[in-house]
Amino acid sequence: MTLLIETLQPLLIPLLRIVVVFAGISLIVAYLVYAERKILAHLQVRLGPMRVGPHGLLQPIADGLKLLLKEDIIPAGADKWVFWIAPAISVLAAFTAFSLVPFAPNFYVTDVNVGLLFLIGISSLGIFGIILGGWASNSHYPLLGALRSTAQLVSYEVALGFSLVSALLLSGTLSMKGIVEAQAQQGIWFAFVQPVAFFILFVAAIAETNRNPFDLPEAESELVAGFHTEYSGFRFSLYFLAEYAAMVLVSSVAVTLFLGGWLRPFPSWQWLDFLDYAPVAVFLVAAAWCFWEAVRLPRTREWRWQRLMLLGLGAGALAVAAGLMIPARFLPAFGEGQAAFPVLAAIQGVFWFLLKVFLFLFGFIWFRGTFPRYRFDQLMNLGWRFMIPVAIVNVIFCALALGLSRQLGWSQPAALWLGTGATLLVAMLLRREEA
Amino acid sequence: MSFAQAVFYALAGVAVVSALLVITRRNPVHSAIWLIITLLSVALLYLQLQAEFIAAVQIILYIGGIMVLFLFVIMLVNLDVALRQEQFNRQWGVAGLAALLLAAELAGVIYLGRGTAALPQAPPGALQPNTELIGSALYQAYMLPFEIASLLLLVAMVGAVVMARRRTS
Repeated sequence: MTLLIETLQPLLIPLLRIVVVFAGISLIVAYLVYAERKILAHLQVRLGPMRVGPHGLLQPIADGLKLLLKEDIIPAGADKWVFWIAPAISVLAAFTAFSLVPFAPNFYVTDVNVGLLFLIGISSLGIFGIILGGWASNSHYPLLGALRSTAQLVSYEVALGFSLVSALLLSGTLSMKGIVEAQAQQGIWFAFVQPVAFFILFVAAIAETNRNPFDLPEAESELVAGFHTEYSGFRFSLYFLAEYAAMVLVSSVAVTLFLGGWLRPFPSWQWLDFLDYAPVAVFLVAAAWCFWEAVRLPRTREWRWQRLMLLGLGAGALAVAAGLMIPARFLPAFGEGQAAFPVLAAIQGVFWFLLKVFLFLFGFIWFRGTFPRYRFDQLMNLGWRFMIPVAIVNVIFCALALGLSRQLGWSQPAALWLGTGATLLVAMLLRREEA
Repeated sequence: MSFAQAVFYALAGVAVVSALLVITRRNPVHSAIWLIITLLSVALLYLQLQAEFIAAVQIILYIGGIMVLFLFVIMLVNLDVALRQEQFNRQWGVAGLAALLLAAELAGVIYLGRGTAALPQAPPGALQPNTELIGSALYQAYMLPFEIASLLLLVAMVGAVVMARRRTS
C-alpha cells in the first residue's frame, strides 16, 4: 500500500492540475458562448439571452442540458466509426494542448523544452476531427466544409509558423515558461518589438479557428453548417466545445508569446504596484453590479428568484474579494512568504493571464459582429500572396536586426523597430502590386 | 521486463499492427487514419528515446502537414471509383521476389551485424538540450548538405508546379 502511494505521489499534483485546468477551461468555454451571444446582441442593439437566470446567466447550463438530451442521429450511409470518433479527436486535441500552457509562474501542467512545438503539433491534430467528420457524414455540405477547412488550415499554418519563429528568435527557447521569462528579463513584451508578427499571428489564429471573417468552412448561407451539418446532440456539442476551446487556446498562445503571459503590465515599475489589487477591484465591481441590478428588478413575485440569485452572486463576489485580502498572519500554511496578502499574490499570475486571454476573446467576438465574410479566393490570396511573404520577410529582417544589435552593439528594440519598418515597406509594395 | 521496455513493445506493436492495417484496408480514408496512428506511435517512440524535437517535428510535419494533405487529396479524387478499382495487379511474381530479396538482405545485415547490435549507451543528458544540438549540427557542422537537401526539395516543388500548370499556347 505504501509502495503504491509512493509511486503515485509524483503523479498527484499534475493530476490535480489537469483536473483544475480541464474544469476551468470547460467553464470558460461554456461562458464564452454566453458572452458571445450577449456581446453580439448588444452590438446589434438587442438584449440577448435574458430568461434563464438573471441576465441569462444560467443559459449555458440550459444549453448543455438541451444538447445532452437530444437524439444522437447517425445519417444513413455514414461511416459509423469515423463519424463517432471524429468529434472526440477535435476535443482531445484542443484540451491536450492546454497541458503546455503556463497560466502562472507556478501553475502549469508541464513545461517541456520543446513546449511550443508540441503545442502546435497537438493542436494541428484537431483538424482531423473536422476533415474526418465532414467526410464520414456522407453528405455534400459537410464534405465541402471539410475541404475548405483543410485548405484554409494548411495555408494559414505556414504564416502562423513564421510569426512564431519571430518570437522564438527573441526568446531563444521553445519552452512556454521560458518565453514568458525571457519577456520579463528583456523588460518588454514581444508584441511591442514584433508588431508585424503579432498581427500575422492574430489573423492566422482567426483563420485557424474558423472564425469570422474567415468562417467559410461553416458559412451558413452556402453550406448550412459546414462540416458539422449532420451532427446533432452530444456529438455536435463536442465540436462546439472543441471550437471554443481552440479559440481559448490560440489566445493563450498569443498571450504567452507576445503579451507577456502571466506578467502584470510594467512589473518593474514600483509606482504601478497598486495594479496588484486589480483582482480585488474586479470582484468588488462585480458585486456592486449584482446588487445594483437586484435593486433595479421590479418588486413583484415573479422576479423573486432572479433577485435572490443576484444577491447571492453579489455576496459570493464580495466573499471572494474579502478572501483575496486575508492578511498573511491568518494564513500560517502559506509559509514565510513576503507577500502581505498571500492569496492575492498566489492568483496574481492567473488573473493577468486570463485578463489578456479574455481581451483576445473579446476581439474574436467583436470581429464576428463587425466584418463581412471573405470569399474563398480572397481568403487564399490573402494567405498565400500577402501573409506568408510578409511573415517570411519579417523573420529575415528580425534575424538581421538581432544580428546587427549583437555585432554592432545597437539597442535591440531600436534595431527590431527598424526591421519592422522595413517589413512594413515590403508589405506596402506587395499590396500595391496586387491592386 | 521493465516499464520502459513494456512501453516500447506496446508502442512498437501498435505501430506494426496499424501499418499492416494501412495496406489491407480497402477504403483509402481508413488507410490514412491507420497511417496517422502508425506515425503517432513512432513519434511516441522518439519521445521515449528522449528525442523530443524529432517527436514534435514528426507530429507537426507528417501528421499535421502531410497526412492532412493526403486526406485532402483522397477526398478530391472520386472515391466511389477508387473503391471499385482493383487494388492489386498481376505483378505478384515480381513483387514477391523483390520482397523475398529485401527480407533476405535485411536478415543478412542483422545476422552479420549482430556483434555490434547493442548500440553504445549515451551518457544521461548527452542529448540535452535536444533542439539546440540539432540546430547547431544542421546549421554549423552540416550546413552544406542541409542546404543541398533543401535545394533538392525546392527543385522538386518547382517541377511539380511546372508539370501541373495548364498549357496555354
